[in-house]
Amino acid sequence: MARIGVFICHCGENISATVDCSKVAQVAATFPGVVHSVDYKYMCSDPGQTLVGNAIKEHNLTGVVVSACSPRMHEPTFRRACAEAGLNPYQCEMANLREHCSWVHERNEKTDDKAIDLVRMLVEKVKRNNALQPIKVPVTKTALVIGGGVAGIQAALDIANAGHKVIMVEREPSIGGHMSQLSETFPTLDCSQCILTPRMVEVAQNPNIKLYTYAEIESVEGFVGNFAVKIRKKAKSIDESKCNGCGLCTTKCPNKKNPNEFELGMAKRPAIYVPFPQAVPNIPVIDKTQCTYYKTGKCKICEKVCQANAIQFDQQDEIIEVLVGAIAICTGFDIKKTDFFPEYGYGKHKDIIDGLQFERLASASGPTNGEIRRPSDGQVPKKIVFVACAGSRDPAKGIEYCSKICCMYTAKHAILYKHKVHDGTAYIFYMDIRAAGKNYDEFTRRAIEEDDAKYIRGRVSKIYERDGKLIVVGADTLMGAQTVEIEADMVVVATAGVANQGAEKLAQILHVSYDQHKFFSEAHPKLKPVETNTAGIYLAGACQSPKDIPESVAAASGVAGKISCLFSNSELTREPLIAVVDRLAPPLYSSCTGCFMCQSVCPYNAIEREEIKDRNGNLVKQLAFINPGLCQGCGTCVAVCKSKSIDIEGYTNSQMYSEVDALLNF
Amino acid sequence: MKLGFYPGCSLEGASREYNESVMAIAEEMGIELVSIPDWNCCGATAAHNMDKELSLSLPARNLALAEEAGLTELVVPCAACYSRFCATQHELMHDENLHKKINGIIEKEYKGNLRILNVIQFIEEFIIDKLEDKMKFEFNKKVACYYGCLLVRPNKVLNFDRTEDPQTMDAVMKKLGADSIDWAFKTECCGAGFSVSFTEAVGRLSGQIIEDAEHRGAEAMIVACPMCHSNLDMRRPEINKYNKKKSDMPVIYITQAIGLALGIDRNKLGLQRHFVPVKLKDFKPYAKKTVVENPQKMEVE
Repeated sequence: MARIGVFICHCGENISATVDCSKVAQVAATFPGVVHSVDYKYMCSDPGQTLVGNAIKEHNLTGVVVSACSPRMHEPTFRRACAEAGLNPYQCEMANLREHCSWVHERNEKTDDKAIDLVRMLVEKVKRNNALQPIKVPVTKTALVIGGGVAGIQAALDIANAGHKVIMVEREPSIGGHMSQLSETFPTLDCSQCILTPRMVEVAQNPNIKLYTYAEIESVEGFVGNFAVKIRKKAKSIDESKCNGCGLCTTKCPNKKNPNEFELGMAKRPAIYVPFPQAVPNIPVIDKTQCTYYKTGKCKICEKVCQANAIQFDQQDEIIEVLVGAIAICTGFDIKKTDFFPEYGYGKHKDIIDGLQFERLASASGPTNGEIRRPSDGQVPKKIVFVACAGSRDPAKGIEYCSKICCMYTAKHAILYKHKVHDGTAYIFYMDIRAAGKNYDEFTRRAIEEDDAKYIRGRVSKIYERDGKLIVVGADTLMGAQTVEIEADMVVVATAGVANQGAEKLAQILHVSYDQHKFFSEAHPKLKPVETNTAGIYLAGACQSPKDIPESVAAASGVAGKISCLFSNSELTREPLIAVVDRLAPPLYSSCTGCFMCQSVCPYNAIEREEIKDRNGNLVKQLAFINPGLCQGCGTCVAVCKSKSIDIEGYTNSQMYSEVDALLNF
Repeated sequence: MKLGFYPGCSLEGASREYNESVMAIAEEMGIELVSIPDWNCCGATAAHNMDKELSLSLPARNLALAEEAGLTELVVPCAACYSRFCATQHELMHDENLHKKINGIIEKEYKGNLRILNVIQFIEEFIIDKLEDKMKFEFNKKVACYYGCLLVRPNKVLNFDRTEDPQTMDAVMKKLGADSIDWAFKTECCGAGFSVSFTEAVGRLSGQIIEDAEHRGAEAMIVACPMCHSNLDMRRPEINKYNKKKSDMPVIYITQAIGLALGIDRNKLGLQRHFVPVKLKDFKPYAKKTVVENPQKMEVE
């Protein structure tokens, strides 16, 4: 016989100002099976929880209905209180009198009636609740880090240094990401390569880290603690075990006129190449789309000059299968190219470049050896214009968000420019200077005060070329919105930061959510900033939204902390709210007819075929079996099951129908 | 073929040559343009600044009349009229209450089935494919196509061409054999409404347009809007004053350019009416290009 306790919470005045709580408690006391019903000002407080615990012991309760706020808020709190008092936590339910009642209605009798109905429904449900036990799953203590930029490097090193194995997968031939392309970094102006490349080497040398470059994620199956991952290691046409990185092949390659991706097209590279001198690993790849041998069947000069015999033209892509317990997504971002801007000439003017291109021009290892020279004719620009917020914060362009890093890097660009071209003038068109961060505002002030950057508050409406000059037409909104025209030698457009190419595809492979801009979504914007909605998959860095280096590194260390926490247990505990196929006594075994409709609709591939055999090993029946480790409890299988053989624990059909019946006063 | 036609005030007054050239090329192509019976002002200049209902009612009445006359396409050569008609259609089709109200005011039922075409859409749809057969001359000149503001904006309402760097007129001119230049002032303001009231502003704004086109070597400017034409042609003295140099680059309507290529008499195209004389001549006789079966093979030989 059910012995249910009902606990009505006032939530301060959140509920009691609208709902007559004592009346609800009195009426609830009359429900069949309710043996105890009280109301209290703050049920979630320590005395409130004690009230619940004592009542369980005193009245020997078999079920508890806490009528308070949303279960998303305090269900874990009250379930824990119940468990401490000796009641199975899944015998505790919450009726949402706050969000579903008091917050959305006026104070009157109907509101009280609704509150009573809500309590009645949950009382009927909890009578049918079963005692459930949490599911335990083993953990594979290896982490997969996708992306080898600064975030991925930080996450991998932190996890490896905590004593766990790490597999790092990087799409490009070298790790380093965008940070390896930067010249100096704000707000300290320390050299990006100098702080990054030692970390890159550490990754390669750490015995706990296995690095796969020129590789991509092919598929991911499984669940937290146990992900089965297939990695496609693209053919580099180089035997990595033999190559000693001498670089002779790259110098002898006759086909040297290919656009250099690392230099953003501002330099050329051979068909066999190492992306940049400090690359990790220092092993070249052959670009099959450009290589003369792959195109015409003749050449093979690299093979002839390679003394290590490392060139393998017939090398094939390799699929590597690994088992990991957690995944860190650190795939970074990209920026819009200048061809996105019709008003700035659709990218047709060579001397209108983006921020990343300017980084290469300012970099000592860049195409101009660090001299600021414009791409069209190599002249040193004496008047340079920076356009901030290009595309960002512009709903007309479909990018409503602030790209966050541009204000700071534009100030840095202006400083670097002034340091290199003393007699030059830098103009910066901006919307707002967003320099929130440690030593950030001081840095932009330095650009203005010490390095004489001319900040003009306004947008640039158009840029056109005339007689070798770029005419920048903008508005100065602090001077009565008057039109400003600057005859510039070069323009740097701080284009919007956007999701990396392939982010959407990767999100679908990983089953994690992403926003309308294809940035990966965190589980909670404040309290779960590095988790995704899929357990065991985390994210760090600019794949989530545009982020600067310190933020990316902090998030990456956060991810490493989360993964280390996960790996500190040998088993994981999961909520047992999963689907199960019913079992009956032989000869039926189950009402399941083995149609496997459920298998085709399950989004998590959790449904398997179970064979029932007699003692002679003859097949008696085929049933659906739901893998408790994979099932996420979505309920799709329940909806399609024709024989009504599947139920979700905690949300069974009989529990749900009893709630509806209670509402209809059957 | 019959198409609806809305001349508006400009085409009956200051821009008669635009009307004449549209009619001339339509006739040449065997298209009959039927004016909306009892049409009224489109409200372009004043109404939309003064009274929203009036600004919608005036075009709505014209559109309803066109529907009543059984027309399905309406050619509106004046860019200002075109803009008002499209804006009205857009607003009424997106606001049921407003639609009912305006129908009540005009005492007619405007259904919104009419397709409104500007002159370039008219050319693209009904003229361009027939050009090759009828062309007598190539328009072998360097031209600057000037779109102005109303033809391509706002994109949400018109959904026509690229707002910042339109290309449709350039495509037509290239078809005629012209070298249409890439320049910077395609959609800049010409001074439009200040044509009469504040000619100094027109001199400055139109001056920059003329100067940039001429600087880049354009021999003629091609337009599709009576306001643009008035400012760039009629206000040339003010323009020259602002630029401090004399410019004699003619400004011609795209329909006139087509007319010239078709070999239509200059006076029939109204070219004699311009303030800046249209001296363009020496057009190359047009020879229809024969289709080459295998162009690569031909090159090798």
